Amino acid sequence: MIKVTIDDVEVEVAEGTTILNAARMIGGDVVPPAMCYYSKLPDTGGKCRTCLVEVAAGSTKDPRPMPKLVVSCSTPVQDGMVVKNKTSQRVHENRGAVVEFLLINHPLDCPVCDQAGECHLQDLGFEHGAEKTRYEEERRTFDPIDIGNKIKLHMNRCILCYRCVAVANQLTDKRVHGVLHRGEHAEISTYIESAVENDFSGNMIDVCPVGALTDKTFRFKSRVWFLKPMEAECECTKCSGKVVVWQFGNEIYRVTGRKDRYGEVEDQDGKPGWICNDCRFDKKDLSKWNIIGPRTIDRHSVISQGKYEGPRTSIKKVK
Amino acid sequence: MGRRLLLEHDNVAGIETFDVYRKNGGYRSVEKALKSMSPELVLEEVQKSGLRGRGGAGFPTGMKWSFLAKPEGVPRYLLCNADESEPGTFKDRYLMEKIPHLLIEGMIVSSFALGANQSYIYIRGEYMWILDILEKAIAEAYEKGFLGKNILGSGFDHDLSVAPGGGAYICGEETALIESLEGKRGNPRMKPPFPAVKGLYGCPTVVNNVESIAAVVPIINDGGEEYAKIGLGKSTGTKLISACGNLVRPGVYEIEMGITVEEFIYGDDYCRGIANGKKLKACVPGGSSVPILPHYLVTKTAAGEDRLMTYESLADGGFASGSMLGSGGFIVFDEDQCIVRNTWNFARFYAHESCGQCSPCREGTGWMEKVLNRLEHGQGNMRDIDLLAEINKKIEGNTICPLGDAAAWPVAAAIRHFRDEFEWHVNEREESQKRNYGLIREPQSIA
Repeated sequence: MIKVTIDDVEVEVAEGTTILNAARMIGGDVVPPAMCYYSKLPDTGGKCRTCLVEVAAGSTKDPRPMPKLVVSCSTPVQDGMVVKNKTSQRVHENRGAVVEFLLINHPLDCPVCDQAGECHLQDLGFEHGAEKTRYEEERRTFDPIDIGNKIKLHMNRCILCYRCVAVANQLTDKRVHGVLHRGEHAEISTYIESAVENDFSGNMIDVCPVGALTDKTFRFKSRVWFLKPMEAECECTKCSGKVVVWQFGNEIYRVTGRKDRYGEVEDQDGKPGWICNDCRFDKKDLSKWNIIGPRTIDRHSVISQGKYEGPRTSIKKVK
Repeated sequence: MGRRLLLEHDNVAGIETFDVYRKNGGYRSVEKALKSMSPELVLEEVQKSGLRGRGGAGFPTGMKWSFLAKPEGVPRYLLCNADESEPGTFKDRYLMEKIPHLLIEGMIVSSFALGANQSYIYIRGEYMWILDILEKAIAEAYEKGFLGKNILGSGFDHDLSVAPGGGAYICGEETALIESLEGKRGNPRMKPPFPAVKGLYGCPTVVNNVESIAAVVPIINDGGEEYAKIGLGKSTGTKLISACGNLVRPGVYEIEMGITVEEFIYGDDYCRGIANGKKLKACVPGGSSVPILPHYLVTKTAAGEDRLMTYESLADGGFASGSMLGSGGFIVFDEDQCIVRNTWNFARFYAHESCGQCSPCREGTGWMEKVLNRLEHGQGNMRDIDLLAEINKKIEGNTICPLGDAAAWPVAAAIRHFRDEFEWHVNEREESQKRNYGLIREPQSIA
């Protein structure tokens, strides 16, 4: 076990742990936001740069500070490392810059976007974003396309976190989903409009931090904050069957995996709780589910503003 | 004219063939290394020579080699980075085109030192004709027993192949090169782990520039200490400089490190001054990604000393008043050239070549390109200039690979030294569309 200090909080972690995961062990405000890292998917992270932190001291052996900000999701901790996240002005400025970069080509269509309310970019924009954009140029636009008959891809909203590519690579058997072109023109796509046909392809929707990948069975049906999230389970041969159903009255509007406060699916029976497409898209009938009880939603998200109880510590007022 | 170690025989007719090359002293270093030296001794010679990577960063080659992990039973690889795509840089092209056997010879010796039984030359997709030249030369080397099994009876096996890329600048970044060679999309990897530990196919790998590998040949032939005698301080040996722009005699020159920049631009042995009797306006001394220098900082440093063609002297003054030797792509601008247009051109290149993996580079390079495009075409505002400075500050250092820095530095430097020209583009919108700023300015006091 090695000791690391993050924002003046000391924590003991196993060797090889990343700064982000060490911060998650502490929890609360010291956790840097992460848009592309997904602990359940190997080889994700390092791309969005929102989790940049300052390393004020490299280790006990070599206490020099690191000259550049480092990505906390892929930098392993060293014994005696001192990390600054919330307490660093540099981090605050650069994270704000990253948010600005992510937003310059992102449409401000939260009012019609299905992800609104549970969107990580919305949270991040709320916390770090400026009131106005400095981007006067034309935004890059794409036409929405279908990835299979149940998933819609709105490339305009994509921030190229590569999480869905990792899902396609790791959960599904064929590789038909990836990134085309490069630079500003890079886009998520399938291999020449071919559908992603796999029982677990729906998990792309769950891992998407923004509204780029949406559930076609739920699109435009309701705002997420009008729905009642309930933990439910069923006997499923393909997946764990442990899900969250989002109800309005007695009607199920959508089914998702059980996500933790970082937007990642929780482990079910020791395995990541990915759910299959049958559970997600087809079981929209209450009789098919055994409802366990209400799902508590973490209050850090914009979704819980003024709706759920508890102190609002992590949301700062926009000056 | 200084000593020429790499391009000594570049004008000998038929030097691209094995026989002529051999007659001119070729493959001596292979014989020497394989027959009389141990791999450790070769490494020691390279370390003694003080050779620094010629691809741009200037990292000591010997030290890079010494970092190579050597676990048992795992193959090691040597990769030659011939993905020379930096605008203004064309030295490797000349070397490979003229003397392909020099590179092959260097590859064999370097692989011997590293214990690599397979090496690859990753060549950029636009150099297809050089691919043919290299493949022909490799076939000859196989035929003569310098490649293949049991080279010269020493028991050392080595196979060398050439792999063409698809023409992406980003694949010149070593981890992107490895990804591309593995057949994947050329996205740079996160570091650590560094290629020296986990590179090609997860095995320890060294990636070196063409010129660095070629320089191993004279180092082994004459000894590292002899090589280190050429040059100045930590910049040892000779360097290929590809000079282009408004020069009387642009081209690829092999210089001894330590000659003055003035001699290089105006000397009779080198570029012979600025073409058409014009005056020097600015210079980019190391390929498009290094900061641009205004004329009063090209030949003299801010402290008033002569600026020399060395890693240290060109970087003198940091980014405030210095630049970098980089890859040796020496671009010269005369008084008629528009710095705004040039900066836009560079920004366009980086926006086009960004891999799109990490946000600051993907969005930032495109943003800078669009703002510069507006400025250049007379549609800019004063606040755009500050915005540009702000954007590049936020890209720099926040990206996965150095492409973000490379995109940010030239813009930052152009604004730092030529802000008046940017302002002129904003204030004289119509005029700026008709003519260039074309102004030679007096040295400003540098804060």
